[in-house]
Formats: sequence, structure tokens, C-alpha cells
Amino acid sequence: MFEFVVGSPLNIAFVLGVVLVSAAMLIWVERRFLGFFSERLGPNRVGPFGILQSLADVGKLITKEDWTPPFADKPSFIIAPIIIPVAMLLSFAVVPLAPGVGVMDLNIGLLWVFAMAGLGAYSAMLGGLASNNKFSLLGGLRAAGQMISYEVFMGISILGVVILGDSFNLREIVEAQRDGWFIVPQFVGFVVFLIAGLAETKRWPFDLAEGESEIISGYNTEYSGMKFGLFFVGEYIGMFLLSALIPVLFFGGWLAPFGWEIGPPIVSGLIWMTIKTSFWILFFILVRAALVRPRYDQLMNYGWLVMLPLSLINLLITGAVVLYQGS
Amino acid sequence: MLKAIGKQLYVLWSQVVTLALVFTHLFKKKDTVEYPDVMPYMFPRWRGRIILTRDPDGEERCVACNLCAVACPVDCIALQKTEDENGRWYPEFFRINFSRCIMCGFCEEACPTHAIQLTPDFEMAEYVRQDMVWEKQHLLISGTGKYHDYNFYKIAGKAIGGKGKGEARNELPPVDRRSLLP
Amino acid sequence: MVKITVDGKVFEVDPNNNLLQEILSQQEDLPYFCWHPAMGSVGSCRQCAIIEYANDEDQRGRQVMACMTSPREGGRYSIAAAAKFRAQAIESIMTKHPHDCPVCEEGGECHLQDMTVMSGHTYRRYDGKKVTHTNQYLGPFIGHEMNRCITCYRCVRYYKDYAGGKDFGPQASHNHTYFGRFQEGPLESEFSGNLVEVCPTGVFTDKVFSKHYSRKWDLQTAPSVCAACGVGCNITPGERYGTLRRVVNRFNHEVNGYFICDKGRFGTGYVNSDERIRVAMTRTTRDANPVLTDPAAAKAQLLSLKGKAIGIGSPRASLESNYALRELVGAENFYAGVSDVEFGLLNQVLDIYQNRPVNIANIKDIEDSDAVLILGEDLTNTAARLALAVRQSAKNLAKELAEQAKFPAWHDAAIRQLAMGRKSPVYILAGHATRLDDIAKKVHIASAQDSARIGFAVAHALDASAPAVSGLSEAEQALVDSIAADLKAAKRPLIISGTSSLEPALLNAAANIATALFDGDKKANLALTVPEANSLGLALLMQGSSNTLGKALSSGKKTAIVLENDLYRRAPSAQVDAFIESLDYLAVLDSLQHPTGEAANLVLPAATFAESSGTFVNYEGRAQYFYSVFKPVAPILASCKWLTEGKKTQEITAQIAALLPNGEVLNKLTPGPDFTVAGMRVPRQQHRYSGRTAMRAHINVHEPKQEQDEDGILAYSMEGVPALKDSTVFNTPWAPGWNSNQALFKFETAVGGPLKQATVGEHLIVANASSKSWYAADVQQVSGAGYRVVPLYHLFGSEELTARSEAIQAKATSAYVALNPADAEKLGLGVTDGVQVQHNGSVPVLLRDSILPGSVGISVGLKGLNFQNMSATVELNKANDWQTPKDWRSSNIIVSDKRDI
Repeated sequence: MFEFVVGSPLNIAFVLGVVLVSAAMLIWVERRFLGFFSERLGPNRVGPFGILQSLADVGKLITKEDWTPPFADKPSFIIAPIIIPVAMLLSFAVVPLAPGVGVMDLNIGLLWVFAMAGLGAYSAMLGGLASNNKFSLLGGLRAAGQMISYEVFMGISILGVVILGDSFNLREIVEAQRDGWFIVPQFVGFVVFLIAGLAETKRWPFDLAEGESEIISGYNTEYSGMKFGLFFVGEYIGMFLLSALIPVLFFGGWLAPFGWEIGPPIVSGLIWMTIKTSFWILFFILVRAALVRPRYDQLMNYGWLVMLPLSLINLLITGAVVLYQGS
Repeated sequence: MLKAIGKQLYVLWSQVVTLALVFTHLFKKKDTVEYPDVMPYMFPRWRGRIILTRDPDGEERCVACNLCAVACPVDCIALQKTEDENGRWYPEFFRINFSRCIMCGFCEEACPTHAIQLTPDFEMAEYVRQDMVWEKQHLLISGTGKYHDYNFYKIAGKAIGGKGKGEARNELPPVDRRSLLP
Repeated sequence: MVKITVDGKVFEVDPNNNLLQEILSQQEDLPYFCWHPAMGSVGSCRQCAIIEYANDEDQRGRQVMACMTSPREGGRYSIAAAAKFRAQAIESIMTKHPHDCPVCEEGGECHLQDMTVMSGHTYRRYDGKKVTHTNQYLGPFIGHEMNRCITCYRCVRYYKDYAGGKDFGPQASHNHTYFGRFQEGPLESEFSGNLVEVCPTGVFTDKVFSKHYSRKWDLQTAPSVCAACGVGCNITPGERYGTLRRVVNRFNHEVNGYFICDKGRFGTGYVNSDERIRVAMTRTTRDANPVLTDPAAAKAQLLSLKGKAIGIGSPRASLESNYALRELVGAENFYAGVSDVEFGLLNQVLDIYQNRPVNIANIKDIEDSDAVLILGEDLTNTAARLALAVRQSAKNLAKELAEQAKFPAWHDAAIRQLAMGRKSPVYILAGHATRLDDIAKKVHIASAQDSARIGFAVAHALDASAPAVSGLSEAEQALVDSIAADLKAAKRPLIISGTSSLEPALLNAAANIATALFDGDKKANLALTVPEANSLGLALLMQGSSNTLGKALSSGKKTAIVLENDLYRRAPSAQVDAFIESLDYLAVLDSLQHPTGEAANLVLPAATFAESSGTFVNYEGRAQYFYSVFKPVAPILASCKWLTEGKKTQEITAQIAALLPNGEVLNKLTPGPDFTVAGMRVPRQQHRYSGRTAMRAHINVHEPKQEQDEDGILAYSMEGVPALKDSTVFNTPWAPGWNSNQALFKFETAVGGPLKQATVGEHLIVANASSKSWYAADVQQVSGAGYRVVPLYHLFGSEELTARSEAIQAKATSAYVALNPADAEKLGLGVTDGVQVQHNGSVPVLLRDSILPGSVGISVGLKGLNFQNMSATVELNKANDWQTPKDWRSSNIIVSDKRDI
């Protein structure tokens, strides 16, 4: 056996492979489960159980006419869809999948995640502006407003975790949870993070930027073919990222609950990480199937009037408790 | 303040309940019928392919009144009225652009003569879009469709070949305009 | 003005009108059938029932018919409280109404449908048998379906009482009442088409329209102006699938009100004719067959003639087209495309309007006149709408009597009883009996010259300073005195004359009489008819130039452009033959094939009035803009577009505005090419327009871009703001619940009054002369061997374009001459014989008592004879080997003095 070292080429290839394959498979998984939740079967025609549906989708997207509208601003129209998968992949670089498995071990890992995820906002914004279309512009504006707002309390909500873990390094945060998952002391922070995370990835029910019943398809109305495909993939990587971050920050990451280690630490870590991530992925699919989209003003009000005070109070109490305990 | 917090908690709770409820659907029986492996049962009033029918006498029911065309929300019906030598109205051409049709059935509801009807046939895909444009000869069938007995001209007051004034249902014979008798 | 309360709403209303009219004027919905804004009330349908309360305490009230009630100061009324009665009334009406709506031409624009829905009758409870009627054949224009009748009597009141028809009326009684002719046959009135619009349901339908029927909502329409005569009635033509389907009246209170004549309504079939020129063609020699040519090359060829050619304008082409030709060839090379006599008369009309103290009478003025003198015009055939207006003026005495008897003016039946047939004086001086004779106080048959002399004498009798005439007979002098007395006594006297008699002295006489009636304060009404839609426009554009057609034909130039004109109708055939022979190159722009076009080296397909926009100037000098109804099929283009390089129609209009004195009013005719409402242009299609995605699908399933109108304002589209919100450019009346043409009141400032926003046209001629001056009483008596020629005009057939319509042809006949029976006897002619007209071939003869001995009436414009070939007198002989032409239908000539045997 060879040693797993964070950042080794093999490791990078492994993580990239996992992320891309998962993101692609998620397209099928999501549609299948959405089907089940609404008492349908979902795609089950391509390959066994329809497992190759994603391949068929990719094939379709690639062979579709890659059209740039004549009225669009060409450079930004092309750059916009590239930004989001790249930013999401870069965020994923610091996510620890298991001891020794990961692309980077950065001491400001959490900040990196936020920085990169913040870049993702440009994707929707640029796409909306460049399309030169009223619906796209509305979608782009909504995306920008929504993502910038929710980034604020998303950041504040996990400061509690940072205080408890005493580090921005995600691996150290995971290690700090050996004595107990942060979900317990940071439940409020978790709830805020979960909701803000949904808004951040523009997933249902916070897909106002697309809002197909109001603004056709929002910022990506004018996109077709693989350019649209990139937006699509970016969204799924984002969902995968979020589903991996929640366990890392609140559910002990790769650590086994109740000491139920399975085999060597790496294997056990990967297995537990997979289980926890899958749970959250399924949870997000369930949310999509079940919840309805709020109005844009409701979304903003909720963010600034409920989420922000909540996360600030959470930060204040956490800080006070830690200070009290430390003194 | 407390009330507001309570409301927010309630909102959150209601979302959780919804999630739980929807989750239970995972284990319910699926409604999907796996067409084309399994042919679904088509109800007679299913809104599929549009036909033009004939009245019990075998004449075209359509009187080219244009009501289907005006009811059509996608404006995919075009026709032109003409009439035979005896004054019976019928369409000179009757065209439905099925590539635009949304099978809403408004045309059938609007039709005062039961001429235009929607049928349970839904397998209408074509490889060439132009083939989705159907003319009268494609639409017109030789039967009465879903409504067997209705014959518009037997009720209307207009005289046509084979039916003079006063010969429609519930009509008196034409009056003598030179008479002043009560 | 009195204050009334209707269902709690307070209105200021005019007590001289009936309550129904005033309630409608307030935009309230109240059902009605028998009442019509132009015809007053008779209270026969019981639909406009409302409750009138005695005072504020009264809870019960009493039911009155709104159309038979005068508003009372402080009156309290309720529409809602009588709803049940109205529903019952309509339920009774509907018991015998057939189940016809889907196969009825009125369906979708039916006043009965609207009122049934409005009054809330939805379900048929009566299960007895329906009364039925047989139909009549009423001619080629009007379809008859008597079963649908609801006995409102509007048809009779219009046809008999309003339009003076004599061959139609009610028959039988109670629920057998029948409306039709006494004998089956074509309706005689020239205004029968209005029955279609007057009938609240589908008893009288447009037969021509029915042949290629389309529902109202499927017609693409635009505000247009009738091109069939010089009156310029406003019309709304409707198009569907690329063909013009029908024409309906478009309300303009100053020009045509609620009615138009049958020529305007049914005479547009030529737009769809097989004889249309639809491609650009070239011809190397006169007799060669035409060769199809590329439109762009043809246009380049036409424009390359700039400066080299002479241009011949047209009185039936728009001001813009004439101007574009004038610009292309230069003003000095632009010639009037009318006969020299006519050109002189038109200039004279302009001179009279501009320099005499007269009021140029519009239709409203004519209807309000209380004494009328018609000098040498067969109005019904030369300016039909004016004849209908004159008929109304004869009723002014009845209105005056009613006023004296303190009768409300709207009380139609009562006023008719009161007058007992007494009429305001109408004098007709004409060369033969006319269709207005039945309302005339005195009809004087005389030559145009003698009529002019009488005219001058009347002027002298009214004002001694006017030139006198001598040598009048005793009978003539008595007539002069009688006319002068009636005109003097009248409050609003009216003189009508025109160009149709081709006698300049008649116009002078009319001008002198009108001048004589001017008392320094109030100007007398004067209406001078002109032959064609833009006759005065062309005359104005000539600006007093002496470029007559005669000069053009003898100018010696080798290249000519003829705009929308058949020269063979403007000048003697031989002269035109010689002219064409002398040319090296002839370019013709026109919409229909004709002999001039068949000799042209370059033929360009011009759009008709329905496919182009432009300005017509009518007999009063009123400029009116007409919008294209639909886009012509390429390469057909409006003449003004052929003649200019990429100019918008309004840009040309603006240039004309700069050229003509008082021309700036032309810029007010349209709201400007950039006009939009809420960012959208005015839609030509109604919001219910159907079949958009299927009508062209058989050609290509991929839908083409909507047709674009480069002139702006209107769009070939259904997108836009409904007319209820903005009717600056008023297309088709429609309001929620009012699908029929009765919706019009929603767009009027008050019922019967002017439209809220739309233009009524602008006067190009400033008539502000205020000093009296006289024309000399000179009358050039005709001399020469043979019979003196009297032109006979026909509403159906005399006009060049409408005569090419199928429906008009069914009512028209081929050329003929009319002779006094005595003269016919001298020539040995019977009714079946033909007459050899000097140098002009043979035509059938018609015997008419009113044609003076020694005169011959010669049909103008009818097929088979070029009237321009006639000199002032012609020799006649019995034709040898005579065979009656197949188009000869003397039954279509409706005159009272015809001898059939």
C-alpha cells in the first residue's frame, strides 16, 4: 500500500473524478428521486434503472446547436457559464473527504470555500447581463442580490464552528469534533447555514434566479447546448459541495459516529463521508420535491430580518460561552 | 416580538412537516404507466387528435362558422366559408396546424354542430414539421364521432337542399304574407 | 341641460333628446333595437324599458320606454329595476328566432346577440313551434333571411322613411309580419346596402360579402376613404387571406354619418379582380406581348425617366402619388389627367370656393338645409350620398312644425304624422328626370344652358346687383320667382350644382345665387360636386397651371408616364391613339388592365386604395387620409412608392403640405409616422383575430415575420391598445358587450355627435371671401346639327374602377342612348332597336319621356361608348343589322320616366 498524501496527483485525480462523476450522476439521481417523491418512476429507460440517463443528457447537450444570440455581449456571454463549475471545483479543493484524501490542506480552508463560492455569483450575474434580455436581466439581478445577501449570514453562521474548532482549516475542524459533533452546540448555526446554503446554490425552493414560471429561465434563458450544460453541471457540483460541507462542519466529517469504525481510517472515513454526503444530497432532493418557492421580497425579508439576527445571536452566545469557559 | 418568533418557528415547522409528508411518497405505489411497453387505457373524452365528423345523413357537419378558430388560444385553426348551390354552408378549406395545437379542446366546446371533436389518439409525432399541418381531407372522417344523433340543419331555420322553410324541427309552415287573418 | 339620476349616478343631459340617447351618451349600457341615432324613436321594441320614479320617496316607480321619454329636471330613473321586464321582452322576441347563428352572416356582430346577452335571457323556455317565412330574392347586393326578423321596423323606417325607397315595406300582421318587396326582385334604392348595418340581426345580409365570408373579428381593417366618387365617404374595408372582403360605413359626422351608398359598399370587387395588374411588364413595341420584368429593374427604368418625360396625373390617384409624379417629371411637365372641359370646371369650382362668400356645405349642412336648389345635377348618380342628405333636408319642415307644436324632435312617427307629407322646398333643374324628383317641390327639365339662365335670374331676383338675364319665358319667370322666394325665406338655404353637366355657366349661376343669398353675415350653403375621389386634389396640385390633358397630348414629347389613368376615358379615342403612336416610350402605373396600359412599354402594378395609404380631397376640398388595409402582394406597390426612392407616404404628404397654400393642415390628418399608444402601433386586426398560426401553414409551417408597414401608425398585427383606450386612429368600433356596429356610440362624444378623438379631415380650401362679386350671366348656347348631348350618369357603371366589380356589373348595363319617344318615332326606333351614334358605332336606345325633344341622353363611362368622342351635338341614325349587346340590361336603369314598350 502506498501512503495517501493530500495534494498528490493521484489524490487530485481521485477527487476530481469523484466530484465530476457524482455531479453527472446526480442529474439522474435527482430526477429519479423527484419521480419517486411524486409517485412516478423517473427516468428508467437508458441503461439499467436509467443509470445512463446522464450520458444521454450530456450527449444531447453536446450535439445541440450552440447558439449565441446576435444581441448578446459575446465575451461575457461565453465566460459566464464557465465561471460557475470552475469556482465550485476550486471550492471543493479544500474539502476533506477522509484523512489524507483531498486536494489541498489549507489553513484558511473555510475562507477559500467562501471566496470561491462568492465567485459563483458572477456566473449568474454576467450571464443575465450578457444575454441582453429582460428576463435574463431580472434573473441575473435576482441571483446577484440573493447570493450576496445570503453569503453574509452564511459566513456569520459558521463563525460559531470556527470558534469551537479554533481554526479555519477544515481538517482541524473535523478533528475538533472527535469529542462531539458541532451540530449539538451549533444547531442554530446549522439551520442558518443549511438555509443560506440552499439560497447560495440557487437550489429549490430558492431558485428565484431561474423562476421558470415567472421569468422563463432567468439568467440562462438565452443559453443552449453545452453552455447551458455548464450552468447545469455547476449547480450540481455546488449541491455536492454543500452536501459535503455540512457533514464536515457539523456532523464530524469522516469521523464515525459512536466509534463505528469500518476498517482502516481512510476506508472508514470515505465510507462515512459518503454516507453523510449522500444523506444531505437526498435531503436536498426532498426539499426540491416538497417545498414551494417564496416571493423575492419574502426571501430578502427572511434573510435580513430573521436569518441575520439569528446568526448574530448565535455568534454572540457561542463567543460568550467560549469566553466564559476559557476564563 | 415573541409572536414574531413564534410565527417564524411555526413557518419552519410547517416546512418540516411538508418534508416529512412528501418523504412518505417514496414508498407509495407509482402511477407511471410504462408506455409504449404498456398501452394506457384512453378515456373516450381524452383530448387527442382532432377530427371533423359528419352528421347522421353523411353530410359534413362543419358549417364554417369560425367559432373553433376564434376560440383557439394558439390560433392554429384556419378555414374559409363557402356554400353549395342550395345554401348549405361548409368549409372551402379547413386547416389545423398541429405543430401549434395544444389539445385544449376549446374548439370542440365552441363547436355548435358537434363537427369538430377530439379523439383519444395521441400518437401524432412526425419527423417533418410540415406534416403536422392537416387539411380537411385529413381531418374529415365518415362517421359521427362521439355524438351520434345531432344534425344541426334539422334544427336551424335556414333552408338547404332537401329541407325547405318550415321543415326543420319544431317549425310551423311558412306564413302567407298576403294574409291578414289572425 | 337638466340634471337626472340614473341608478344613483347623476348626469347632466340635454332635455331635447330622448332619455335612451342621453343614457347611451353617458356610456351606460341600455339595450335597444328600434331606435337608431339617425332615425329617431318609435318605441316599438320595448327593449329600452326603464323605471321612472315620481320623486325621491317613490319606491315603486312606473315603467317607461327610455326612447319615448324626455329627461325631466331632477328625474330619478333606474335601468337595473326594469331588467326583468327587458329579459321577458327579449324572451318573447326570441321565441321564433331560428337556431341560425353559426350559419348567419351577422353572427359575431349581431346587435340581437349582444342585447340578448345584455338583458340576461340565456335559456329558451318556450317549446312551441316557430313561425317561419319564405325569403325573397332582393338583387345581387342584399341577402334576405326573413326567419330571423324580430319586427323592430328599422328596415322600413330606414328604407322607406329615411332613404325614400318605394318598393319595400311591411306586410301581413301580428307575428306574421313580413318585411320585403311587394314583388320579388332587386331592391331599387341606391342605398339598400345600409339595411345590412341597420338591421339589428341577420335578416338583411351582405350578399357580396357572403360569397367570400369571414367573421368580423377575422377581418383586417383600417380607416379608409371611399374612392368611388367625389364625396369621400369614410369606410372601413376588411381583408382576409389576402383579398378584400367587404366595406362597411365608417362614421364621420361631417361627411357620411351612418350611411354610404351601394357603389361604395359593393363596388370594391375590382381589388380582387382577375384583371388586376400583378406584375411589372415591359413591351418593346406597341403590339408586342408583354414580358415579365424584374420589379427593381422596372423601377430603375421608371426613375431613369426623370426630367425626360411628361407626366399625366390622375383624379383617382392619391395626392401623394400625383405629387410624386410631379416631382419626377418636374412641375412644368406635369399635366392634369382629366378632360379639358372637366379641368376647366374643377378650376372654376376652386375659384368659387375660394373667392365667393359661400359656405362649402358638408353632409350635415345639407341635411340641415331648409330650402334646396339643385342645378343640373343628377345627384343620385353623381354624388349619391348627397342625394340621401338632400332627402333628409326635405324633412326639416316637419321638424320645424314639431318645434312649433312643442313636439320633441326625436318623436319620429308623430312628426311624420304632423307633417302629413309636407316638405321643405327642393327645386331640381336638370336635363332629365332624376331619382330625387319625388321630394321636389318643382322639377324643371331644361338644358344645362337654360338651367344656368334660370339660375342667373334667381340670383338677380335675390340681389338686384347680380347680372340679369333676359328672354325668360313666363313659366320660367314664375319658377324663378318661386325659387327666389323660397330661398329668401329659408334660414339655411343650399345650392347644389356640379361638374357633371359639363356646363361652366351652371357653376357660375350657382355661385351667383349663393353670393346673392349672402347677407354680409350668414353665408349660404353651396355644394359643387366633382366627378372623382381626388378631382379637387389634382386641381389644387396643378396650382392654376394651364397644363391640360389636351396640351399633353399635343406636347410633342416622346416619353410619357401615365399615372393610374386610362386616357381613352379622358379624351377622344382618335386623339389618344395619335398621342400614343407619337411616343417612343410610354410608362403606365395602374391597378387594372385598360387600353392605355395595353399600349405601354412599361407597366407597373399599382396598389388600389385598399393596399395603399394617401390623401384624397373631396368635393368640399376636405383632405382625408386613408390607410392601407392590407399589404399588397409583391411586386404591387403604391404608385407613390414606385415613383419615389424609399420615401414614407407621410414624408410625401409633408412635402405637399409645404407646397400648397393652407397645405399645413395636411400634416394634421395623421398623428405622425412615429405615433404609438403605450409603445405599440394601432392594430389593424382585432384582438380576436384567428388563424394566425394556420393561415399560411400550408405554404410553410414556419411562420413568417408579421408584415411590416413602413409608413407607421398602424400595424399589420393584432397587438396594440384597444380603441376604447385610445381612438386617435379609429379603426373598428368594438366595446365589451357591444360586438355589432352599434358599439359606435362608445366612441362618440355624444350619440350621433362627432367622434371623441378621430379626425374628420381637414379643409384644404380656405373659404373666407366676404365681399360679393358676380360672374357675368353669359350662357353659350349650343348650336350645330343633330341632337344636343345630355350626359347620363349611372351610379353603377359610370365610374371606371367600381364598374370592374362583379357585383356592380350585375346592376350596371352597357352603353346606350336615351331619346324622347317623339324623337324615337321620328328616327323610326322601337325599344329593341339600336342607334348609330355619329362616328361611334351602335348602341341600344332607351325611351325616356323626360329627355327633351332634340336632345339625346348619352351614357357616360358605360362599356361600349367613349363619351369623350361626343361633340356638343351628334347625329343619330337607326342602326342596321342591329343585335342587342348581351350586357344591355335596361331593367337596371331605374328611372320613373322610362318607356318599356
